[in-house]
Amino acid sequence: MHSSSHIDLHPIGASLPLRAGIGLKTMHFSQILETLPDVGFFEIHAENYMVDGGPYHHYLTRIRDHYPLSVHGVALSIGGEDQLDMSHLNALRRLLDRYQPESFSEHLAWSSHSDVFLNDLLPLPYTAKTLQRVCDHIDQTQHHLKRKMLLENPATYVEFVESSMSETEFIDEVVNRTGCGLLLDINNVYVSSINHGRDPHNYIKALPLNQVDEIHLAGYHTQADSNGALLLIDHHGAPISNAVWELYDFTLRLTGKVATLIERDNNVPTLHMLATEALIADVHLRNARGDESTPTLLMEQAS
Amino acid sequence: MSSQEIFAQNLLAKDPIHLEGLKTWNGSDPLLRYAVYRNNVIVSLIDALADTFPVTLALVGGDFFRAMARAFIQEHPPKSRVLAWVGEDFPYFISKFPHAYSLPYLADVAQLEMNRINAYHAADVPTLKINAFNILISKPQILPSLKLKLHPSLSLIHSSHAVFSIWAAHHGKFDFSSIDICEAETALIFRNGLNVETLRVTSAEGYFIQHLLSSMGSIESATNQATLYDSMFDVSGIVTLLIEKQLITKYLEE
Repeated sequence: MHSSSHIDLHPIGASLPLRAGIGLKTMHFSQILETLPDVGFFEIHAENYMVDGGPYHHYLTRIRDHYPLSVHGVALSIGGEDQLDMSHLNALRRLLDRYQPESFSEHLAWSSHSDVFLNDLLPLPYTAKTLQRVCDHIDQTQHHLKRKMLLENPATYVEFVESSMSETEFIDEVVNRTGCGLLLDINNVYVSSINHGRDPHNYIKALPLNQVDEIHLAGYHTQADSNGALLLIDHHGAPISNAVWELYDFTLRLTGKVATLIERDNNVPTLHMLATEALIADVHLRNARGDESTPTLLMEQAS
Repeated sequence: MSSQEIFAQNLLAKDPIHLEGLKTWNGSDPLLRYAVYRNNVIVSLIDALADTFPVTLALVGGDFFRAMARAFIQEHPPKSRVLAWVGEDFPYFISKFPHAYSLPYLADVAQLEMNRINAYHAADVPTLKINAFNILISKPQILPSLKLKLHPSLSLIHSSHAVFSIWAAHHGKFDFSSIDICEAETALIFRNGLNVETLRVTSAEGYFIQHLLSSMGSIESATNQATLYDSMFDVSGIVTLLIEKQLITKYLEE
C-alpha cells in the first residue's frame, strides 16, 4: 500500500489551539470540572480509554465539552515488524469517532512483538526496509482512521549498527511519503541528543519543521553509561529542565506558535502545578512570532 | 531471527543473551543501555499490577509482590495493550504460585480486586430506578415469575476463605485480628453510579445472583437454586438490594 493521498486526511477546521495543554489525569477529573482551569487543551493516552464505560468515559465526555482534545496513542506499534493489530486499530477508530479530537498522534517506535505487549516505546533501526514498513503502517492507520496522524520522534538509549540513515532523514522521508504531521517531542530530542552525542539544535533544524503540529515538553532523569557519560532517561516524572525550555524557544523561533503539551505521567503533581507549568509555556508561546508575521515555514505548509 | 525478535525476547528474559547489532556513540557498553529498556518494560508492568492489586500487595508486602509479579510477567507475557487488563490472569497465577501456598486466600483477594477493576470499566447500561418496581406493590404475586437482567458490572466471588473480611480490613472496616480466615464468604462486586462497591452476601444469595447472571432465569428458578444451598433462603433481602443499588437493567414478566 503506497501513499498517494495527502488530501482527504485533513479534518476541516479541527486543530489544537496554539496554546499549552496538559495531560488528563484521573486524579484531576472532578477538580477539572469544578474549576475549569485555563489550559489550551487536554491530552489523553488512547489505550486508557479503550474500556466499555464507567468513570473514564463519564469524565472525559464532560471535560471534552469544555476543552479541545488530543488523543495520543502509545500501543499501536507502528515501528513493529508485525502487521498492525486490526482490533487495536478498530478500538482507536471507535475512540476517535466518539470524541472527535482535534489531534491524533502516535510514536516512531514499537511496543508489541508476536502478540506480546511490552508497554514501552522501543527503538528501531533506520533502513530502507524499516522506512517502507513504517510508511505502510502510517498509510494504513491514516486510511483506517480517515484522518491525518502526527508521528512523535522517539527518545532512545541505543543505536543500531544496521541503520543506514539518520533519524531526521528517516522522519523527513516518512512525513514526505505519508503526509503525516510531526509531533516534535523536545524532551526526546534533548534526551536522544545527549545519549548519542548529537547537537540538538542541528537535529531540530534537520526536521520537516513546517509539518510540526504539536510539541511535547517533559522532564527526564539522569543516569550514567558504562563510560560514566551522561545517560538521560525519558521519564515524564519531573519538571521541564532549563535545557529543554531553551530548546523550546529555539524551536518556536523556527516554527512560530505550536500547540504544546506539558507531559507528565509519573510523580503527577497537583492540577494547579500542571496548569502553572502550562501557563509558563504559554508565556514562551506568546513571545514566539504568530501566524500573521510572514512565516515562511507556515506559508509552505499552506501550499 | 530478526533484530527486533532478539531485542524483544531479551526484554522479558530472566538472563539476557548476548545482543548483537547495537552500538553507542562513545563506545560504552550497549548492554548497559539496553538494560534501560529491560527495566522500563518490567517495572512499568509490575507497577501496573501494583495499581490493580493494592490489597494483595499489602497482604504480602512490596518485595514479595514485586517478585511474584515479575514471575507472572516473565511466564505469561501480557497480551493486552490496555494496562487495565494486564492482570486478568494474575489471580489464577497466584493460586498456582508455590511460594504463596501458605496464603490460600490470596488468589481470591486478587480476584476480588480484578473484579473491581472490571466493574469500574464495565459498560454503561441504563438501570431501572426504584419507582419502576412500583408494580410490585400493587401486584406482588408476579414477583416469582419476573426475569431480571442485571448490570454488566455485577460479579461474585465465592471463596472458601474470608475474602470479603480480609479485603475490607485493608480499608479500615474490620479489625484484621478478629477475622476467621477459614470462614467461607461470598462477595458481591458492582458499580453504583461512578462508584464500585463490594458487599458481603450469604452464599445462597450468591447462588441466587449467579443463576440470574448465567441463565437470566426467573426469580422463582433462582430462588430454587439458592434454596439448595440454604433451605431458609429468603429472597426479599437480595431483591431489595438489587433494586436499591439499581443493578437491574430490565425485567420481563414470564
